[in-house]
Amino acid sequence: MSGAEIGLVLSVFLACAVEAVEALTIVLAVGITRSWSSALSGAGAAVLALAAIVTAFGPALTSLPIGVLRLLVGGLLLIFGLQWLRKAILRSAGLKAKHDELQIYKRETEAAGAAGSRHSGFDGYAFTVSFKGVLLEGVEVAFIVLTFGANQQRVPLAAAAAGLAVLVVVALGVAARAPLARVPENTMKLAVGVMLSSFGMFWGAEGAGASWPGGDAALLVIVPGVLMAAIALVWTVGRTMSPALAAPIGSAPGQPSENSSERRTAANV
Amino acid sequence: MRRVEGFLAGIWEFVVGDDWRTALGVVVALALTALIAAAAIPAWWVMPVAVVGLLALSILRAARRPRDDAPADAPRPVSPARRIPG
Repeated sequence: MSGAEIGLVLSVFLACAVEAVEALTIVLAVGITRSWSSALSGAGAAVLALAAIVTAFGPALTSLPIGVLRLLVGGLLLIFGLQWLRKAILRSAGLKAKHDELQIYKRETEAAGAAGSRHSGFDGYAFTVSFKGVLLEGVEVAFIVLTFGANQQRVPLAAAAAGLAVLVVVALGVAARAPLARVPENTMKLAVGVMLSSFGMFWGAEGAGASWPGGDAALLVIVPGVLMAAIALVWTVGRTMSPALAAPIGSAPGQPSENSSERRTAANV
Repeated sequence: MRRVEGFLAGIWEFVVGDDWRTALGVVVALALTALIAAAAIPAWWVMPVAVVGLLALSILRAARRPRDDAPADAPRPVSPARRIPG
């Protein structure tokens, strides 16, 4: 497996794992409160819809000329990656509330309980909430699978990495029988943001006609370089804007950054 | 018609997000790279400079924006403050 393929698998796996953790919280909440069969049906239908999106758009993207593909997809990947990176930096610097799976779980179970009594058999509420939750979280993953995979002509490999991440998260969720609140979501999001931005920058510049010194080996400098820039921004912004709330990248749930997020009540992204 | 508008707005929100200036900056940087490369001048350096600059500016803009979870009667922060919209 080449370095670019390792980057592909790692990026898709981490992105999918993060989104799967968030989707799992929603499915768990409606499954436990309302109906497991309807919640799982909704989740399954959403996964099928996402697979259909990848299957439909994958061949169309990979049929584009490589230069156009790299410019178009590299640019999109970079814009998308910078969004992930920006949010992860703001959260690490204490300027934005982190995802709190327990709080989201509590909110979803309360909403599910207040949604009225359910009839025996199919529960439309559980199906719809579960379907929407998985679909919305999964669209970003489908986008990453398509763009990352198409650029390397390895959409099936990207899809396999996404599928593996879903299996791992579901297995952990079944074992824990609770929302996966201890997963370091923000660190994973920062890693995904670094990878998407780095590869997007690399492919976008190549698609625009530039040649990187060292060819593909330039990625060995670009990825650490983007990571260092992100860490420097967390450190600088955290110190100058909110020293009390700033937390090191990778701080685990329960540490100061998570506690500070509990004090804030902002709705998360 | 409203459905089409809603769909396009959804696509915009999904790809561009809440900072259109960064997206525009990426497009401009790619165009600049293409122009420089077309003149047979090394252009690989444009994107790293642009990405670091765009990211820093985006973070600074977000850090200076009032956060929407602040109480209505809360005093506005004096310094570039720590409140960001969700």
